[in-house]
Amino acid sequence: MVRFENVGMRYGTGPEVLRDVCVDLPAGSFHFLTGPSGAGKTTLLRLMYLAERPTRGLISLFGEDISRLKRRDLADLRRKIGVVFQDFRLLAHLSAFDNVALPLRVAGIGEARVKKNVTELLEWVGLADKLNARPITMSGGQQQRVAIARAVIARPQLLLADEPTGNVDDAMAVRLLRLFEELNRFGTTLVFATHSESLAMQRQYHRLHLADGELTLRVGQPA
Amino acid sequence: MARTDHDIPLRREGTVRLLPWLIAPMAYLAALSLAGMLALHGVLQGWDRGLAGTMTVELPPARDATGDKALNQALTVLRATPGIVSAEPIDRATEGKLLEPFLGTAVAPDELQLPRLIDLRLASGATLDLRSLRAKLATAAPGAILDDHRLWLDRLYRLALSVEATGLAIVAMVGVAAVLTVVFTTRAGLAVHHDVIELLHWMGARDLYIARQFENEAMRLGLSGGIVGVTLAALTLWGLGHAAAATAVLGEEAKLLPDLRLVLWQWGALALLPLLTGFAAMLTARFTVLRALGRMP
Repeated sequence: MVRFENVGMRYGTGPEVLRDVCVDLPAGSFHFLTGPSGAGKTTLLRLMYLAERPTRGLISLFGEDISRLKRRDLADLRRKIGVVFQDFRLLAHLSAFDNVALPLRVAGIGEARVKKNVTELLEWVGLADKLNARPITMSGGQQQRVAIARAVIARPQLLLADEPTGNVDDAMAVRLLRLFEELNRFGTTLVFATHSESLAMQRQYHRLHLADGELTLRVGQPA
Repeated sequence: MARTDHDIPLRREGTVRLLPWLIAPMAYLAALSLAGMLALHGVLQGWDRGLAGTMTVELPPARDATGDKALNQALTVLRATPGIVSAEPIDRATEGKLLEPFLGTAVAPDELQLPRLIDLRLASGATLDLRSLRAKLATAAPGAILDDHRLWLDRLYRLALSVEATGLAIVAMVGVAAVLTVVFTTRAGLAVHHDVIELLHWMGARDLYIARQFENEAMRLGLSGGIVGVTLAALTLWGLGHAAAATAVLGEEAKLLPDLRLVLWQWGALALLPLLTGFAAMLTARFTVLRALGRMP
């Protein structure tokens, strides 16, 4: 599903923020991505959702070498990836409904289907009464659920979550983690970035640990 | 649930809202230049039609009887020439009226050494052997000049072409300025909404999906700016047309002023200008956005 071979990444002429990253994430897997703040977790995720190109090395997504893909094909590839951003990145001028509907509209889905799917999903995440609410009128937890709903609405094959529990209390963090586990059970490959070792330790999933730009795989152990 | 807004909130941005007010004065100038060119073209055609099939013979001034003799001999030659329908001398009184705007009424034409003029009307489609006619006239009335107005008309054409080229250059410059304005406005929009565009891009939006939002907005703004500019230009032209018409009733000399009023098809051409500004803005925005998006990873 996701394969990195000797991937290196630097911004401009700065130092390498990722060095010789090698990783292979099979389809349907669940991985925590851990490491201290500034270790390069967000950069690794940005490479996975094609927001950045590596300085060196090879990245394959869904069996495709991304360096050989045409621009048009990259858009198709991106539609298979859902992203929950650390800062949510909700569009302030759009309602919760329209924010969640974005990936479907981008993919050219008809409005009737958009309405049905988005309404159902917002009900599922407990925001049935917030369809027309703008993000600014919603609490942090509600915004987070809108962001998650937007990431999963198009049923992505790969879901990347960047510190999705960073701004919520422990109880909400556990609830969100359960939500991601449920998505994973339906077959979505998941990478869950968190700086919270304790949260990662609660589950037996494999851990990708980043420190000083180097990635190590820690095989999951039962809690 | 109906879609409440566009993905990219272009209408909320000040720079974009300013675009019609930048386009409007440009459309105004372009419309005036275009109208000037069209009016000039009409005037030229009028002159050409008015002078087609006419010629003038000018005889040197003479106070004694030789003048009348030369006039009669010239008339005999002219009236015997195939293709000439009529050859009528212009009397002193008419000559005096022609000179009145320049000399006033204080001077009587008889007091001046004026050449005698003969007005010729040619048969429709007639082609005269001007060289042979000039030779015959030179024998019958030495010093006679046959004027087919070609020299005057050619000079007028050259002048008109220069004016038309200047008008075209103004329209082209205004067009370039309008395109550059749209480019800068679009770039400003891209910079302001970079985060939204980036998000759409990461979601898998194709470049055309994003470009379409900019081009639709540019079309709307370009069209509205064009409508404002062309409406103001139409009002200006209407006013100028009325001013020209008012001077025409003041006296004979006012006929020298070209008719500034446009005919129906020319108004139609002007009415198309807002569509042109709309399409130009739309295409410019499209290419600007596609070019910028092409640089994203």
